[in-house]
Amino acid sequence: MADLPPFQTLIDEHAAEVMGVLRGAVGREGAEDAFQETFLAALRAYPSLRDTRNLRGWLVTIAHRKAIDHHRARGRAPVPIAEVREEAFTDPDPADGAIWGAVAALPPKQRAAVTLRFASDLPHEEIAAALGCSPAAARRSLHEGLKRLRKELA
Amino acid sequence: MTTTIDKPVSKKALEALRERAAAEGLLDVAYATADSPFGTLLLAKTPRGLVRLGLPGEDAEEMLADLAGRISPRVLEDAARLDEERRELDDYFAGRRHAFELPIDWQLSNGFLLRARQGIAAIPYGETRTYTDLARVAGNERAVRAAGSACSRNPIPLVIPCHRVLRSDGSLGGYAGGLEMKQRLLEMERGA
Repeated sequence: MADLPPFQTLIDEHAAEVMGVLRGAVGREGAEDAFQETFLAALRAYPSLRDTRNLRGWLVTIAHRKAIDHHRARGRAPVPIAEVREEAFTDPDPADGAIWGAVAALPPKQRAAVTLRFASDLPHEEIAAALGCSPAAARRSLHEGLKRLRKELA
Repeated sequence: MTTTIDKPVSKKALEALRERAAAEGLLDVAYATADSPFGTLLLAKTPRGLVRLGLPGEDAEEMLADLAGRISPRVLEDAARLDEERRELDDYFAGRRHAFELPIDWQLSNGFLLRARQGIAAIPYGETRTYTDLARVAGNERAVRAAGSACSRNPIPLVIPCHRVLRSDGSLGGYAGGLEMKQRLLEMERGA
């Protein structure tokens, strides 16, 4: 059995970042709910977790799944996504807070598109499915969001 | 180092998380610290009761890692869930309480050690027993050494009052919180 650290250490070390990711992905209002869902799901699965090398990546992956659930529940995505990646990804190290802060300030569609593309690493088709729009519209939201970010962060 | 400016998560959000975790049966071990005249104690409980008490000299991190391995890794800090334990201990240190009523989870003790520790729990306030007495109570008079380790590795000192167990010659023996603490506890109980 893997030596799992007390779950509290995951909260102590990663809760703030998970909340940041969720604020970026679903906005301030939805973030608290998605945060609860993320950590409850993690807590449920935790005792049977085999690989403890990237607990942060594991949590962030769950957070992205919950963000997608959130967007779906709000009726933006009647079309289910074919497949959600199960593996923990090591997300890049976006000079964290500053970028996520700017992402969080984007209008909802752009914010979701940017997060799903770069944090969840979803292709345009799946972003479109998650947002309930056409791939072209998803691409446009992403493009607009990035343009705005470049301006904000320049 | 990352230059994260992520804001800490609000107390309210963390509290809501603990509440839901407990409601869904996902809070296997709740822990909290408690002040005492001897320093900070660490209390840990399961839904069944108090399972572990760390004395001031003990390594808190090590203790929690040990509980994660032996009971469940679903270990969360939750001060409110240990209010009753903290209150009873405060009363004990203030001399107002002579017996604990809080529920105990005995799961970290089995066999002889369990019987010996239940024997310790039955020693009245202000009295003492010897390691030999304890071995007899636990059903094996010759197992004095094992009775010693029932004390020295007692998971819930104070509440299971192993400080009331002494050597046959009247000397103190040992104590996880240090001999001075053992001495002061005995004096406090005698003086009351």
